[in-house]
Amino acid sequence: MTVRVSNVARKPAERRLRFTPGVLVWPALGFLILTTQIPFLLTIYYSLFRYSLVDPLRRPFIGLNNYASLLSDPANLRVILNTLVLTGGTLIITVGLGACLALLLNRRFPGRSLVRTLLMSSFLVMPVVTAVVWKNMLMNPVFGFLSWLVTTMGGQPVDWLARYPMASIITMVSWEWTPFAMLILLTGLQSLPEDQLEAARLDGANAAQEFRHIVLPHWSRALEVVILLETIAVLQVYGEIYASTSGGPGDATTNLPYFIYQKAFAEYSIGVASAAGVIAVILTNILAIFMLRLISRGSQEGASA
Amino acid sequence: MIATPPVARPTEPPRLRRARSADPIGLRLRNALLSLITYLLAFAFFFPLLWMLLAAFKTEAQAFAVPPVFSFTPIFDNFARALHSYWPALRNSLVAAIGSTLLAFTLGLPAAFALAVYPTRRSRAMLTWMLSTKMMPAVGVIVPLFLLFRDLHLLDTLPGLIIMYTTMNLPLVVWMMNSYMSDIPHAIFEAAQVDGATTAQEFFGIALPLSVPGISATALLAIIFAWNEVFFALNLTSSDAAPLSVFIGSFKTSEGLFWAQMSAAATLTVLPVLIFGWVAQRQLVRGLSFGAVK
Repeated sequence: MTVRVSNVARKPAERRLRFTPGVLVWPALGFLILTTQIPFLLTIYYSLFRYSLVDPLRRPFIGLNNYASLLSDPANLRVILNTLVLTGGTLIITVGLGACLALLLNRRFPGRSLVRTLLMSSFLVMPVVTAVVWKNMLMNPVFGFLSWLVTTMGGQPVDWLARYPMASIITMVSWEWTPFAMLILLTGLQSLPEDQLEAARLDGANAAQEFRHIVLPHWSRALEVVILLETIAVLQVYGEIYASTSGGPGDATTNLPYFIYQKAFAEYSIGVASAAGVIAVILTNILAIFMLRLISRGSQEGASA
Repeated sequence: MIATPPVARPTEPPRLRRARSADPIGLRLRNALLSLITYLLAFAFFFPLLWMLLAAFKTEAQAFAVPPVFSFTPIFDNFARALHSYWPALRNSLVAAIGSTLLAFTLGLPAAFALAVYPTRRSRAMLTWMLSTKMMPAVGVIVPLFLLFRDLHLLDTLPGLIIMYTTMNLPLVVWMMNSYMSDIPHAIFEAAQVDGATTAQEFFGIALPLSVPGISATALLAIIFAWNEVFFALNLTSSDAAPLSVFIGSFKTSEGLFWAQMSAAATLTVLPVLIFGWVAQRQLVRGLSFGAVK
């Protein structure tokens, strides 16, 4: 290193140091390695110990025992199931509803940009705000707006978060993520060349055929993006649960992030929480890869059909 | 190699249905019906926010009233009361969101420039790797980070929060800025190189000024994400550095009994981001999809 510097200094013609621009990538790369890869390796390391902050000095190596106890307890399998139900339910609702909204918005009508603005707003709301507003002002069994709505229609007031805890959480999360699906699918629709549609119409295609053979294959890219990014995001849902049900009643709405928070910061079980963290990372990657496969296969079929 | 892809124009929806029906009255009826459905859905989606906004100007009694009160004389006391604890949280949120965005751009812009203008065989792999760090759930790193932060005295500090939000937004910044800088015709850089421009001159003189729209859109998005972040905020801060997400989180229990006051605090928390998002609407999609959908 020092030799090089002195070499440069000796040749005045080359004083304007021409470094390889590739060096510019290193600060960003280094920062990310330091803040994501090293902590993750440490998570794996901690997961192999019985390590509690209550008694931090006694830290015996127990191999994969944390994983074994996590995966053998049915209560913990419930947590993984909750995580999958929340993610799957939210995906189905947001993609379905988002697609309908995108199709509805892809027309000319008065007030279109205002409608779009109103529809996208819930995506911008902080998850904790969503939770406190829905939990209190909408879903409260006595004073909440939804209960009033149900009673005016002749029904009985419902304690939403107690009776249908998971459905309530899915509703809140879907409220936030439907606009995301809508915005991206709408942009995907708008890049559809109109001559393709006209050609199909000249060939006598009806609306359903047009949708299935032209819109859907064209949408595959946008759908792929929506499903993949939403899967990753919804697997990590935390604020909505933290501020509304706190994982309850019982463990009805405890997903992996909330479970890890409980283990690490309420029970101080660092080893168990770390093992659960590793499981969460593995689960996220499996689901993401699975989704990608599924989508790319689906879009190929759609294109060849 | 570097081609400018056709950018969809969101303002002009294709006239999808116009050609089909020969019956103009039926067509108009159908269009009106579809528009009505759209209006109703938009209202339903916006209603929770509207309800919160209204409650912020009600008295506590009106906020709790059954049947709900729709017309009332707006009062501003709730904001006055909420503001008291709002200011420190607002300051923390602003410092964390803006600080992390500045740091993410300081680190990310040179990286994006190098990857876009001087691509090598490994560039694609590096970009993909950076994006893959977003696949790492925060829970996969929170435990060691908490312990490290504790030992480094970064718990409940703004620098600690800024570090985590930079981690969160850096892949976004690199991806988006790489996408925008790849749109700059490469001939411009070649011409500059012929004129003997240094890499620094190319970066500051060409790449930066030409990607200002991209920078502002990406920065808005990064600020929104940092502003709305909850997980790191709740687990790495408690009081001194607690941002708005923690402040609002405190309404989940005792203070949740004051709906009007809670609504005022929530309104103050959501409004800046709503305005940012509305302003950046057109560019939002490209950023949200990491440049995959433009």
